[in-house]
Order: sequence, then structure tokens, then C-alpha cells
Amino acid sequence: MSEYIEYNMTDRTIGVVEKKFFTFAEKPGGMVLESGATLSPVTLAYETYGKLDADGSNAVLICHALSGDSHVAGVYSGEDAKPGWWDFMVGPGKGIDTDTYFVICSNIIGSCQGSTGPGSPRPETDEPYALDFPMVTIGDMVNAQKALLDHLGVERLLSVIGGSIGGMQALEWAVRYPEKVASAIALATTTRHSALAIAFNETARQAIMADPNWKKGRYYAGPKPVVGLSVARMIGHITYLSDQSMRLKFGRRLQDKNDFSFNFDGDFQVESYLRYQGGKFVERFDANSFLYITKASDYFDLKKHHGQGSLVKAFSAAKARFLVISFTSDWLYPTFQSREMVKAMKKNGLDVSFCEIKADCGHDAFLLPNERLVQMIKGFIGRAHAEIRK
Amino acid sequence: MLKSENNNLRFDLMVIASWIRPNSRVLDLGCGEGELLMFLQTQKQATGSGIDQKESNVFKCIEKGLSVIQGDINSEVEDYPDFAFDYVILSQTLQQVYAPSELLRSLLRIGKNVIVSFPNFSHWRVRVQLLLTGQAPVTSQLPYEWYNTPNIRVMTLKDFRNYAKKIGFGIIRQAAIATGREADQGKIVRFCPDLMASYGIFLIGNRK
Repeated sequence: MSEYIEYNMTDRTIGVVEKKFFTFAEKPGGMVLESGATLSPVTLAYETYGKLDADGSNAVLICHALSGDSHVAGVYSGEDAKPGWWDFMVGPGKGIDTDTYFVICSNIIGSCQGSTGPGSPRPETDEPYALDFPMVTIGDMVNAQKALLDHLGVERLLSVIGGSIGGMQALEWAVRYPEKVASAIALATTTRHSALAIAFNETARQAIMADPNWKKGRYYAGPKPVVGLSVARMIGHITYLSDQSMRLKFGRRLQDKNDFSFNFDGDFQVESYLRYQGGKFVERFDANSFLYITKASDYFDLKKHHGQGSLVKAFSAAKARFLVISFTSDWLYPTFQSREMVKAMKKNGLDVSFCEIKADCGHDAFLLPNERLVQMIKGFIGRAHAEIRK
Repeated sequence: MLKSENNNLRFDLMVIASWIRPNSRVLDLGCGEGELLMFLQTQKQATGSGIDQKESNVFKCIEKGLSVIQGDINSEVEDYPDFAFDYVILSQTLQQVYAPSELLRSLLRIGKNVIVSFPNFSHWRVRVQLLLTGQAPVTSQLPYEWYNTPNIRVMTLKDFRNYAKKIGFGIIRQAAIATGREADQGKIVRFCPDLMASYGIFLIGNRK
């Protein structure tokens, strides 16, 4: 989930895009969350590309992962050198073709890239919520996206797509709003976290909470818990890579040295890489958002919340055509978890495609340029589009 | 010699396609790059799914907009509900299946009809090769040496008919075919099929 991996921008880009905001659930009232708490008001940062057809049959919702945002493709200005996090996938003539589809992506609630989250000011006090922010779930994220789609006049989704935590949202969409989802693409994801995944998340959260600057979440006026957040990110990065990818990328090579330094400055390339990733992350991400979103992903359990303990039952409401993709070296959400959901879909007689892509780059593979991934998504959405217009 | 008219579909697949009623639900096991599924979808308005083990095949199918699952056919077929398909197709794969009776039983559970095709081991070339050379026959239908073949069993048209009686499924329709030099050429064999056919195609169903 290192969204801003550097890669060469292609010539075919959507160009300059704009981040917009939508606020709803204003007082009185508010958005009732799955925990029972009420959040009011709720703002979503979002971007759209392309145009919605008159018959509304070409809307594609992209759901981002843990540290992503609404900026999927294109740039914010002519001088902006950093394109959106899925620029290789989304744009004119690309896998998700903005000449054909109306593409929407919003920042999830609980995050810190323009949508309401723990760092947002409370309306009553104008102070950031910090830990007074209510716990949000994957279902809440989806409900907020639904409010945005209602606002945009999108009644039905041709496709909902996401990887990792974004994939959880795509699955949640398909079972929560079956009438509204014609197809769903779940990349490198799971229907519920394994103990291993929860363990990594908890270790990362503890790293943040152990930082003296964290101050039970009330750090917004002073120094931020950058050490804790950067360690949390380092832990995350270990799970996004793989044994194999680390061996290929770093091995035991030393960073700018010929021999050990016999101190703790960091000798190995892998150390230097993790420190760099950790350091870069704190500049753009809020530690409390990291706590909330990782917890939401740990809570996510399609089987429990939609199937009373049965995954087959959980998918019984779904009507979408599915594409499930896993990656061979993803040890965070291994292939057997994808197969489990495919099995449950098949048992419900759902139309499902599944491919395990050979990749040595681990969980992050869905964010890296991959022609096979692009072509499969293109073919799958194209078919769904043809069916919906029949 | 007949030639399949559409997209150079392999002749044996053309015969299979001709047996399938329009608007059927079809499962193609070992679907390769999805030639048959694509044909059935466009020409017969079938709703098709496929299963294949190879990532590159699955990728090609999904790219074309076909619904395909990457996996092992023996275990993948277990997940479908009873009679989920009008036709289940096992084309030129039976000779590679480890437990054919178990697989066929599963297929007859999930499909109202099952179409099975395989190379005929009683073709005269096979017989002559073994008789004259004393070596395991190598033909264009079974082109491997004994030490590198994926075909763990070989059978004849007669074997399959006897097998049907023994296991207790009905043969609804059968065709013996001889393939031509090009993959999309071939003919239906009516004279001495046991000797002259390179492939057998059988439509089987549960005996009522």
C-alpha cells in the first residue's frame, strides 16, 4: 500500500485534475455509523474523471487502500511532477478508460487527505477530534461513498474496484448494495484479516502509541509522533514486500559502504529503504488516521457481518459479476484467502473470474505497472459494460 | 473434408459446439485461451465459464471478457451447485485425469449434460505402430514419448462405451471424428470408427 511508488509517467495521461469536496450529514441529524455513534457533518474529498452517460451505465468507483487518497490519476497542475497513485491504470485508453467511463474516487472517512477523520476539527470546539473521533468501519466508508454517489446522480455502478483495504470496500459494496453493483473487482484482498495481519497492524499501532509525542492522540498543536508513525510504516512495508522481493531488491547489500560500521546508523540497504519509506510517510499521513483505518480493516469480516458466520451466505445477496485477483508473493493476503471468496461466490452461482498473477513484489503488486493486470481489468469492465447496455 | 467456418475453431470443438443448444449455461474445463467459450458466447448466446490451470491462459480469457477461474479442475468443480450448467465440457483432458470416475460423477452432478472427448487409442496407426515397432505409439493426437507424456492413461472408443455401462451413465450422443492436416479441418467417421477415428466425442448424462 505504498501508493506513491515512483514510476515513469506515460504520455497517455488524463492531464490536470481537480480535488473536490462534498459535505453531507449536517446537523441536525448526521451519519449514523455501524458502532451506533453519529458523525456530523461529514466531508469527502473526491475526484471524478470522464463523463457520466445519459443512461448512467458507465460509472466506475475506485476504492483506495490504507494510505491512498482520491487522487487516482493525472496531476494537479502543469508543474506537478507526481501523478495520481494509479495513473498507469486510469486514463484515456488505459485499463480503466476515462474516455469511456465516468471514474470516481473519494478519500475514505477516517483518513486525512481531505475527508473527515480524527485530524478534522470538531464543529463544536474547532479542535481536532483526535481519539474522540468515532470508530469507523469499512461499511461506514462504503455508506459515505454511497452518499457521494447519490449527490453525483450515480444510481448504479458499472464496476467497483479496489485493492487491499480498497478491495474490502469493493466486496462490501457488492453485498451491501447488490442492486447498485453490476460488477466488482477485488485485488490482493481478503474477506477478513488473518491473525497474522491483525498482529502486524497491532504492532504498528503500538509503535505510534508508544511515541511520547502521541499524547493519547492530542498532538495536533505540538510535535507529531513521527517516530512512532514511521516505525508503523516500516512494519507495513515489510508486509507489503515479500521474502523474495526483499532478496531481489536488497539482499544483504550495504548502503553506501563497503564494510559494517559497527554502530546503529544503519548498514544494510533494507534498513535504509525502510527508514526512507517511514520518513517520507510522516510528511503526508496522520498517525491517528493510521490507527483508525488499520482498526477498521481488522474489524472487517464479511462472513460475520453479512453471513452470520458463513461466507457462502454473505455472498448470497450479491448480484455482481466478480473478478478476483491475487498475487503469488502476497503474504499479507495470500492466494488461499482469494480462493475462499471465489469458492463462496461459485456456491452462490455468481459469475466469477479468478487469476493468481505471478509476481515477486508481494502485496504491493497491484500498485505496480503490470500489463496483465491492466488488460484483465480492461477486458472485464468492457464485458460488464457490454452486458449492462444489452 | 469439412472446415469450420468461424474463427478457425478446431474441428473437434466445432462438433462439440454444434451439439450445444442456444442460450445454454456452459462450463469448459481446461478451456485454454477460451476459443470454444468465445464461440459459444458470440454464436450461441451461451453464458459460459471456464477453468484452466495456467495463468497465461486465464489471463487471455479474462482479457477477452470471458469468465474463467484459475485452478485445478478436479477441485474447482466441487464448488458448483447441482445442475449449475446445461453442459459441462471436458475436451481432450480425460486422458490426463487422475481419478476419472470421481471427476465424471462430479460433472454429472453439476451439469445436466456432460461432453467428453479424447484421442482414440485404437486408431489403426496406433495399432500398426505398436505391432510393427514394438514401441509405445507416438501420434499427432498423442505426440509424447512414454517418459514425458502428461497423458497418464489412454483409452479407446470401445473402452469408453464399456466404461459407461459399468459406471452407469448413459451415452446420449457420440461422434467419431478424424482430424485433417489443419486443426480446423476434419470429418465425421462413419465407416469403422474404432479403427479410423482419431478422436471420440461423447455426450453423456445420468441414466434415468
